[in-house]
Amino acid sequence: MEQTVTVFSGFSAQDLLFLGEAALRTLWISLLSIAIGSLLGGIFGWILYETKYWGGILVNPLLDMFRSVPLIVQLVLFYNFAPIVGLNLDAFESGLVVLTMYTAALVANVARGGIESVGRSMRIASRSLGMSYWQDMRYVVFPIGTRAIFPSWVGVALGVMKDSALVSVLGYVELVKASQVLITRTQEPLLIILVVGAFYFVLSYPVSRYSAKLERRWSQ
Amino acid sequence: MIKVNGLHKYFDDLHVLRGIDLEVQKGEVLSVIGASGSGKSTLLYCINGIEQIQEGSVYVDDVDVHSKATDLNKLRQRLGMVFQQWNSFPHLTALENVALAPQIVRGLTKAEAKDIAIKQLEHVGLGDKFDVYPNALSGGQQQRLAIARALAMDPQYMLFDEATSALDPELVGEVLDTMRVLAEEGMTMICVTHEMGFARDVSDRVAYFHEGVVEEIGSPDQIFVDPESEHTKKFLAKVR
Ligand SMILES: Nc1ncnc2c1ncn2[C@@H]1O[C@H](COP(=O)(O)OP(=O)(O)O)[C@@H](O)[C@H]1O
Ligand SMILES: [Mg+2]
Repeated sequence: MEQTVTVFSGFSAQDLLFLGEAALRTLWISLLSIAIGSLLGGIFGWILYETKYWGGILVNPLLDMFRSVPLIVQLVLFYNFAPIVGLNLDAFESGLVVLTMYTAALVANVARGGIESVGRSMRIASRSLGMSYWQDMRYVVFPIGTRAIFPSWVGVALGVMKDSALVSVLGYVELVKASQVLITRTQEPLLIILVVGAFYFVLSYPVSRYSAKLERRWSQ
Repeated sequence: MIKVNGLHKYFDDLHVLRGIDLEVQKGEVLSVIGASGSGKSTLLYCINGIEQIQEGSVYVDDVDVHSKATDLNKLRQRLGMVFQQWNSFPHLTALENVALAPQIVRGLTKAEAKDIAIKQLEHVGLGDKFDVYPNALSGGQQQRLAIARALAMDPQYMLFDEATSALDPELVGEVLDTMRVLAEEGMTMICVTHEMGFARDVSDRVAYFHEGVVEEIGSPDQIFVDPESEHTKKFLAKVR
C-alpha cells in the first residue's frame, strides 16, 4: 500500500521544542503574575489588617469578587471589555492583568494572616525597644509573618501556575494551548498530554522541593 | 527620675488606673505587687507610652511622655522593658536578637552593635549562645536574652512585667538572679512581680496595687512585716 500524504503527522522533536517554548510562556506569565500579584496582595493584606473599616467595605468586596468569579470568566470578560475603556491589550497582557489580580486577591488574605500571626505582645516588645512602626514591620513582622505563611503562599503560587492554563482561551500559546494545537494535528492526545503533564511537573517540582527545604531550615 | 502624677486610664468604660501618684528615683528598685487585673501592666505601658492616658501625667527625666511633641521611639530607648512572654525574635540568632535594635534604632554600625550584643549576652550569662536560635533556648535563657536585648539599648530604667511568671519553677531563679545583678549594679528598676522573696530582698520600696490605685507603698519591711491596709494584709496572706 502506498504511503499517502496525510494531514495528520506524528509527534516530532520539533513539536517537543514547540511545547518547550510554550512551557517557557507558562513560566513567564506565571512568574510575572505571582511576583506582581504577591506584592499587591501584600499591600492589600496590610490594608485589610490595618484599616478594619475601609478594608472591610472597599478592599474586601473587591478581592472577594476576584476570588469568587471563575478565572475563565474574568479572562473572557476582561479581554472583551478592556478595549471599551480604551485599553488595547493583547492576549498575554490581558492574561497577565487578570492573573495578577487573581493572585493578589488570594495572597491578600494569606498576608493578613501573616501579620496577624505576629502577636500583639511581640509587636509591643519591638516597639518598646524604640523601633518605629515601619521598623517593626520591616525587621520583625515581615520576616516572622512570611515564614508563617510561606507554605500557603507556595500553594497559591503553584495554583496560579496551573491556572495560567486558562489564559489559553484568549489564544496565548502557553502549554495547554500548544497541546491543543498539537493534538489536533497529530491525533495523539495521550502522548501529548503526558508530555504536557511532565512539563508542568518540571516547572513546579523544583518550587515545592526548594520551599520544603526552606521550611525545614526555618523550623530547625 | 520617673514621676507619675494623678494618672487615670480607661479602656472604654473600664476605669483601670484611678489616680496614680508615684515617684521612682534614680538607682531605686521599686517592686509592684497586687492581684491580677489591678492595673500593674497597664501602668508600665503608660510609663513607656504604649498606652495613652486620659488624665494626669507621666514624666521620665523631665520628658512628658504623653505630650504630642514627645518622640516616643527616642524616649523608649531610655526605658528597657521585659515582659512575661519573652518575645524573642524567632528568625534571629541570640546575637542578632540583641544587636538588631542598637543597629537600626540607635544607628550604630554592625560591628559596634555586635560588640554590644556580645557584652550584654555575657552579662546575662549567655556567653556561649551567640549563634543559637531562640527555639533552642530554654524559657529562662530566652528571658535572659530579652533582658540583654533591652540592656543593649543602654537604658536608664528597666521595667519588668512579671518577668518570671511564665517560667517553669526551676527556671525562675536564673532570671531573678540576673535581675538581682542589675539592681546591684545600680539600675533603676520597676518590677511588677509575684515573687515576694525577690520583692522583699531586692527592692528599696514596694508598692501594693489594689483596683487601680497604689493602696500602700513603703519599704519592704513596712509592707511585708507591718502593712497598714486591710487589703494589703489580705493579699499577702493569700500569696504566702
Ligand atoms: N488592651 C486592653 N483593652 C481592654 N482592657 C484591658 C486592656 N489591657 C488591660 N485591660 C484590662 O485592664 C485591667 C487591668 O489589666 P492589667 O493592667 O493587665 O492588670 P495586671 O497587670 O495588674 O494583671 C484588667 O481588667 C484588664 O482586663
Ligand atoms: Mg499584668
